[in-house]
Amino acid sequence: MKWRVEVVAVDCLMVRLFDAIDESNMPWMLAATQRLRAAFAAQLIDLVPSYTTVMVHFDLSPTQARERIAQALEGLRPDEGGAGQRHDIPVWYDPSVGPELALLAQRSGDSVAGVIRRHSAREYQVFALGFAPGFAFMGLVEEALAAPRLATPRKRVAAGSVGIAERQTAAYPAVSPGGWNLIGRTPSRLFDRQREGYSLLQPGDRVRFVAVERAEFLALGGDDTPLQVSP
Amino acid sequence: MSRLLIESSTPLCLLQDSGRFGVRHLGVTQGGGLDWVSMRWANWLLGNAPQAAVVEITLGGLMLVAEQACCLALAGADLGARLDDQPLAPWRSFVMAKGQRLQFTQPLQGVRAYLAAPGGFAAPQVLGSCATVVREELGGLTGLGRALARGECLGYAGNAPGVREVPEGLRPVPGTCTVLDLVMGAQIGEFAGQSLFDAFNRDWTLDTRADRMGMRLLGPALQYQGQPMISEGIPLGAVQVPPDGQPIVLLNDRQTIGGYPRLGALTPLALAGLAQLLPGRVVRLRAVVQEMAWREQQVYLQRFAD
Repeated sequence: MKWRVEVVAVDCLMVRLFDAIDESNMPWMLAATQRLRAAFAAQLIDLVPSYTTVMVHFDLSPTQARERIAQALEGLRPDEGGAGQRHDIPVWYDPSVGPELALLAQRSGDSVAGVIRRHSAREYQVFALGFAPGFAFMGLVEEALAAPRLATPRKRVAAGSVGIAERQTAAYPAVSPGGWNLIGRTPSRLFDRQREGYSLLQPGDRVRFVAVERAEFLALGGDDTPLQVSP
Repeated sequence: MSRLLIESSTPLCLLQDSGRFGVRHLGVTQGGGLDWVSMRWANWLLGNAPQAAVVEITLGGLMLVAEQACCLALAGADLGARLDDQPLAPWRSFVMAKGQRLQFTQPLQGVRAYLAAPGGFAAPQVLGSCATVVREELGGLTGLGRALARGECLGYAGNAPGVREVPEGLRPVPGTCTVLDLVMGAQIGEFAGQSLFDAFNRDWTLDTRADRMGMRLLGPALQYQGQPMISEGIPLGAVQVPPDGQPIVLLNDRQTIGGYPRLGALTPLALAGLAQLLPGRVVRLRAVVQEMAWREQQVYLQRFAD
């Protein structure tokens, strides 16, 4: 395993393990994250893993930090056991909360029901958390469902909104601006400050979206307020 | 518990501390006071821990009335503070009698003032910090990420030491920063030669599009010639260059990961200076290397040793 260390800020270094997004990166990324966390211990301020990199924010001199990284990653092996948890996430797929369902159907040459079936057929991997607390970037969706982000992001996307951008899928944990193609809404609480670990999803977790009817969505605590069609 | 009643406030008057750490891998932003130097002096004046909660007042508009006699400290921008009818200069602690009114009228020098209380203002710790992040609904007096509001009370429980001042030679002068040191990052070699020259030799004007997430710099368009990037962790002060070529300095409330190329990241001291500049001000960027910048930072931190 070859990795590089790059300068990013006075007290941060970037450990770069891969050059492309791939589902097979994950066991290596998890192992590297775990080892770096242990090696820096109390001198770690924050660790930000992403698709191909782990950013280390430390309370050490940059020289000491580089040594610590080299020691930590010596003889790195993939964490095959760390495949993470599996989650079934209920989704009410409906045009009132997923206004791009029709657009994706049109793009893929399939029906709305077909889009729903395709999106909920696959098991997705959580690649990274970012953008907002508990926002998990997952993939990869079928090529036919891939769609670019909206040219103009919405000012307000409802909490729980499930969307697609390129070949990734995600659910918005809270109300926020957003440019993903929305196809449904989940009643699951993705970020909860009362929960151990706060975020429902963690890198390496596996997720399957399960289509539910409106009644079940509501029974699970979902909010069916239609998405405001805002400029 | 001593209390202060908030008689007026703005969306830019926020409870802050040194930030929220250990949760950035979950997508939670860092937060915290933008001018960490002034915030730290405000706490220093009262013998507080550096991470004690303070009020960050941007531009003014805050008015407080003391419900009991209390001792507070003020550092950072001169926002035309008045204690009843008397002007109140920053960089000192001061006593407020019961019923006295403290108000911040308008920015006279700098942008952000920091008000500290003995032991720090009381607030719930949310994910390890009370830093207010409105977007994430975290921190602040209620824990739900709201700005300070009229009718709320600020409280503290600590004991005040004697009144004192920050030694004159150690105070920064808010609003006077003109050069921002930038630690060169990994993508710096991927910018066009002309762009690199421009980055460090041309004037950059602070745009009005500025908030606690980031500040835009206006100037010659910088051209990135490297491969498109995959989203990766963003450090505090990262200077990212989106496709329009106009750099954005990413601040405390930035997103945790992002995919725009970067020139590098401003040093902590440059960030403290930048936090006190109004839109329209002109700055230059100066390239520095990481190890040297880190050593300078360690030397600077000795100022706060008592």
